[in-house]
Amino acid sequence: MIVAEWKPLPEIIEKLRGHKNVLLVGCATCVAECAAGGEREVETLAPLLTMAMKADDNPIQIQTKTLERQCEWEFVEQLADIIPNVDAVVSIACGIGIQAIAERYPYMRVYPGVNTTSLAIREQPGIWMSRCAACGDCILGETFGLCPIARCAKSLLNGPCGGTRKNGKCEVDENADCVWRLIIEKAESRGELNKLLEIRKTKDWSNSRHGGPKRIVREDLRP
Amino acid sequence: MNLRVGSRLERVLAGGHFAVTLEVGPPQGSDPEAIRKKASFLRGLADAYNVTDNQTAVVRMSSIAGAKILLDEGLEPVMQMTCRDRNRIAMQSDLLGASALGIRNCLCISGDHQKASAAGKLKGHPGAKNVYDVDSIQLITILKGMRDNGVQEGGDKLTSPTKFLIGAAWTPLAPPESFRVLRLAKKVEAGADFIQTQAVFDVPRFAASVAKACDMGLTDRAPILAGIIVPRSARMLKYMNSNVPGIEIPDDLIGRMESAKDPKAEGYKITVELIQAVRAIVGIRGVHLQAIEAEETLVEIIPMAGLLPRPEVK
Repeated sequence: MIVAEWKPLPEIIEKLRGHKNVLLVGCATCVAECAAGGEREVETLAPLLTMAMKADDNPIQIQTKTLERQCEWEFVEQLADIIPNVDAVVSIACGIGIQAIAERYPYMRVYPGVNTTSLAIREQPGIWMSRCAACGDCILGETFGLCPIARCAKSLLNGPCGGTRKNGKCEVDENADCVWRLIIEKAESRGELNKLLEIRKTKDWSNSRHGGPKRIVREDLRP
Repeated sequence: MNLRVGSRLERVLAGGHFAVTLEVGPPQGSDPEAIRKKASFLRGLADAYNVTDNQTAVVRMSSIAGAKILLDEGLEPVMQMTCRDRNRIAMQSDLLGASALGIRNCLCISGDHQKASAAGKLKGHPGAKNVYDVDSIQLITILKGMRDNGVQEGGDKLTSPTKFLIGAAWTPLAPPESFRVLRLAKKVEAGADFIQTQAVFDVPRFAASVAKACDMGLTDRAPILAGIIVPRSARMLKYMNSNVPGIEIPDDLIGRMESAKDPKAEGYKITVELIQAVRAIVGIRGVHLQAIEAEETLVEIIPMAGLLPRPEVK
């Protein structure tokens, strides 16, 4: 899922100064799964913002709405009746959802209430961990289903750097596994360590952001 | 003798001599005198001098500039190059420039993550974006292609090839230990001409890893220089043992530093013992000495370790 985290309240308050009627919008998809921008978080954040703005001497009225998917135009359209009654929107969907609202309602001030950080999985209750970097050149078939691009701090392709801690964690994060250790252990358990001996050549990053903003055209789906 | 680039380091190793390299950290400032001063007291103590590339991700004078200053002082540099800060375009451009300046040895490393820059007393740049367009093994491949085939990584021809003896790092005792010698094999296969290791304190464990490299024929293809860090205090050893991956320090060494009346002298003594111990390991062809922020101590240690005079090579 796409994972986001709440911005610090003071950052949101700073943006809302001078506004009177604010719409706080969530999304019931990825950001709901990662407990940052779903309905529950919208209804939690709204009173917090109301109180904080009052304390800041900038009282505001907040309306709330959680769309099923903020990255799809048909759902974004559901805000059409509410938008004329507010003077700002705070969205706690991912960056895609936030931009969808900004694009559909170009005259409206739209502020992010979250930082979108990663494509991650819920490892344990309350712990999410990056799994994919959308690099555009998937190598999971060669790395035993574990992604070194997203999960190695240096995105190394030919094995671990010298920074694997004694307990097998990454030198950059004492709570994160060295993904290369995991890859090697999996290869060993299958008796296929030799598959990691081949030198992986330089990667072509051009099918991701590095090749410019990604644009996909599927002629079969074009009108 | 068929030499690849003819650097002093290459000639010393090819001549069968026990090689000595030292680490010279560039200053956090622009004054070339900082490096010239180090050159003045380190001259003649080693065969080549590693110039680090923003080690621990802290901004310092570039390794290219530092290496060139050493070169002008008559010391042979090993320019270190990390994959952290530059993409393949910048790296190759810098390699062409460094080769043009007469730098003949390059050590290819991944580099400390930028988070490390704020690990100590410094603010560093933990918010920096990292690059890692290529990894250290791919960088070795790139250097080899530029030198032996005169081509860039993308396939374009160079108007003249680069001339670098290619170095690589080895951390044999970091987990997963079983893979470390295989990773060394990948580096040698990619084109590494010499290897410098993470600091050795646990000699038997290190020797066991070197034996595996020997059995695989790696030590014949790429001479290994064992890394040695001069201990300054028990505190330093404990810190490294707990915080620097790949460094394994036996308790008795820490105990010796703890109970020493003169820790400095004990540190020298341990350094000399370590040098002699790694020198006895089959497959070890030299030492890479690091006296972090205390390079002047090497002036006393190197003669004590019987590493002088450095050999004359043609």
